[in-house]
Amino acid sequence: MFTMQKELFRQLFKRAFTNQFPVKHAPKSVAKLLEDVGKGKKKINPPVPVPDDFRGKLAYDKDKCIGCQMCTRVCPSKALVFDTKTRKVKYYLSRCTFCGECVSICPVKCLSFTKEFLLADYRKD
Amino acid sequence: MTLEKKENSYSICVGPVHPALKEPVKLNMEIDGEKVIGVDFELSQVHRGIEWAATRRNPLQVLFLAERICGICNMCHMLSFSRAIETIGDIHAPPRAEYIRVIGAELERIHSHILWAGVAAHELGFDSLMHYTWKLRENVLDTIEYITGNRITKGLITIGGVRHDIPEKKIPRILESVNFYYSHFDKMAKVFLNDPVIKSRTRDVGILSRRDALTTCAVGPTARASGVKKDVRKDEAYAAYQDFDVEPILPDAYTGEIHGDVYDRVLVRLLEVKQSAEIIEKAVKSMPKGPIAWEEKPAVILAKLKPLVGEGIGRHEAPRGEVIHYVKLVGEESPYSWKVRAPTYNNMMPWVPMLMGEQIADIPIIAASIDPCMSCTNRAVSADKTTTMYTMDQLRRLSFLKTRELKRGLGK
Repeated sequence: MFTMQKELFRQLFKRAFTNQFPVKHAPKSVAKLLEDVGKGKKKINPPVPVPDDFRGKLAYDKDKCIGCQMCTRVCPSKALVFDTKTRKVKYYLSRCTFCGECVSICPVKCLSFTKEFLLADYRKD
Repeated sequence: MTLEKKENSYSICVGPVHPALKEPVKLNMEIDGEKVIGVDFELSQVHRGIEWAATRRNPLQVLFLAERICGICNMCHMLSFSRAIETIGDIHAPPRAEYIRVIGAELERIHSHILWAGVAAHELGFDSLMHYTWKLRENVLDTIEYITGNRITKGLITIGGVRHDIPEKKIPRILESVNFYYSHFDKMAKVFLNDPVIKSRTRDVGILSRRDALTTCAVGPTARASGVKKDVRKDEAYAAYQDFDVEPILPDAYTGEIHGDVYDRVLVRLLEVKQSAEIIEKAVKSMPKGPIAWEEKPAVILAKLKPLVGEGIGRHEAPRGEVIHYVKLVGEESPYSWKVRAPTYNNMMPWVPMLMGEQIADIPIIAASIDPCMSCTNRAVSADKTTTMYTMDQLRRLSFLKTRELKRGLGK
């Protein structure tokens, strides 16, 4: 009996595991919070650091791109679309599944991963 | 199917959307007092047409589509699909890649089983235990993120190898995670297996006899909990599993008897967490050196896969049971056909013998005890409800006819 209760009492006196990112309580106005942070009145808790090989938002070096269309051939969700006018690639972030096949196929290494992960938004554009 | 009615019996319907179920499935039950006397279920509320989408993509794209079949055990679908393609093209992944595949698959098993243990605790109403087990699960997720760059969708496998190597500097972190599960296993086993509340809710509840498990074709932990020695890791010994001597875990290893109830299913899964940790430890320590893929450049893989013609089957022991992928290539860029059989498809028929004669209050935990994953299972949807339903005998006769037809085509 009471096998779990012991563990639960121990948890009571432990520090919370949750990282309160970005702030401890939800602000009444996000705009005001950002303003305060800009002025240095409030501080933002940093997020838990991501590992080195993290697959975040894609970075695309447009000048390096040679327009070979290899990335559009392997993209499983068609997030990379070739623009015939500019001979460059268009990247739709909302479709991207972060698989990294385009990064490994690119012959000139113009695509790479960043560590950016806060990509949720209300608007799709 | 209409259920048999009795005098004074009434029918209740659990699902498709119900607080006790995590995914949509409709359970129709005939109840007499508090007792279940008839069970039927309806599927196909979450059909997504993944197989259709695959016939418009090349194998490297399908690989990531396969990964999206299941949110929990995604690597097993990737592995099965690539193994199916590898059998067609007679491609052999290098030994180091096979070891990395095993490490990935076993990390996934730890994650899936601990997640399920939390869900089972939640279904029993033991929410503090659920949060405790999910806290333990964070460790393996962090390790997966450290190795592959993402917590859930690993993207680890490519056709004929793996995409990410595990360099020397990442190994201490994996061993640390393995030791974490060794040290916490006893505590977890103590809570799940000795707690009187859990024991009284799960012991002799939802019994699936060995005979029923065999006739309803149960797979994975559900079958093993009923005493069926069935494990693809042992039976087919693919990837690097032949080096680790995987023994299917039966509940009598711990308690000395097999009941085939929910308690045994909890037990088998918990013991498998320990087994997986042991396999990972062995694999990490004895990993051979060498290349990690049959062909490293994706463009070359695509060019080499395009002329392939033939049919292939890939099997893998996913956390929930055996998963089978069938692929047919006809020399075009995209597969001609792709069929996925997820383990839950087999593990649903055992619901009928399990639920028969049980109390209404036990329905959620019995339904959850097979670790159901509906979105993986839904491979077809019937738009009109007038389609003919085949019985087992009719299906068998049809398969005889098909085999005869095929033989005639071969000139025999």
